[in-house]
Amino acid sequence: MSFGGGLAAWIRREVVQRRGWMDDQQFLSGYALSQLVPGASNVNLSVFIGAQLRGVPGAVAAVAGLTVLPVAIVLVLGVLYLHSQGMPGGASFSTALAGMGAVAIGLNLGTGIRLGRLHIRRLVPALVTAVIAISIGVLGFRLLHVLAVMLPVSLLLAWLDQRE
Amino acid sequence: MIVTLVQLALLFGGLSLLAFGGGTGTLPDMQRAAVDVHHWITAPEFLAFFAISRAAPGPGSLIVVLIGQKAAGLAGALVAFLAMFGPSCVLAYVAARVWHRSAHAPWRILVERALAPVAIGLTLASGLALIRGTEHGWVAYAVTAGATLAFAFTELNPLALLAGGAVVLLVAG
Repeated sequence: MSFGGGLAAWIRREVVQRRGWMDDQQFLSGYALSQLVPGASNVNLSVFIGAQLRGVPGAVAAVAGLTVLPVAIVLVLGVLYLHSQGMPGGASFSTALAGMGAVAIGLNLGTGIRLGRLHIRRLVPALVTAVIAISIGVLGFRLLHVLAVMLPVSLLLAWLDQRE
Repeated sequence: MIVTLVQLALLFGGLSLLAFGGGTGTLPDMQRAAVDVHHWITAPEFLAFFAISRAAPGPGSLIVVLIGQKAAGLAGALVAFLAMFGPSCVLAYVAARVWHRSAHAPWRILVERALAPVAIGLTLASGLALIRGTEHGWVAYAVTAGATLAFAFTELNPLALLAGGAVVLLVAG
């Protein structure tokens, strides 16, 4: 279950502790990288591990191994949901999913708050976070436009901060 | 059909490379494109798909498979999956090569420090945009508020909370 690093911990146990394919230093470096590159971090992590071990075929195999079963599960649930609409019990299924959706929104917000408390200790990065959250989340700006401005700004601010 | 497949490929292929901090950050754009621009799915369907992709194992961005499936059947699901994960995986592969060679480079530390507030901002933005894009009753708002606090400050099990949210809306909604 890939909730908030749970899967990464499981991957670490398999790859580092049980099979000894790489050491902890290598794993953690790959873990950091997988968070920095765009895309789902667990998928990126599997690319990193697969690439380290077997190059391109290793990376493809690792991604396939991680995603094939979840894709099947998600598809089956989604098709069940769509077919249940208008059938007896369909309304309850929708209501249940709306409740889960409400919780899942809280998962995103809560994770953001938790990460912010862990990693943001200063005013300037906190402002970067707030500008991004509000411009996209409240004002409805496009992701591409906001990143085109805020990625260079954040890099510049981090660089200025480092020089002091 | 072909047009829809191309639209899916362009939409998710583009978002794939913008998904800093995980697929979550792309949800607002995904919602706008799939619901408002292309009318592939309705707003309640988007929330239901979001809930399914969160409750099931695997990355949350598997929501693209469901959007693709609704828009253009199994071919749509396949195209959406490849478009969402292909470009970012290629980038991750290239980055893994470069990363390996620059373990102590100053630029690497700089990039790590600059991307953290961006990724966190995108995570918060996705939550806010999902609230905005969904017709919520007050019970659902209360559930979201409670879940936010629970995820931010406790170690409660996400699956238990998801199930709890379903029960609350079934009873009170």
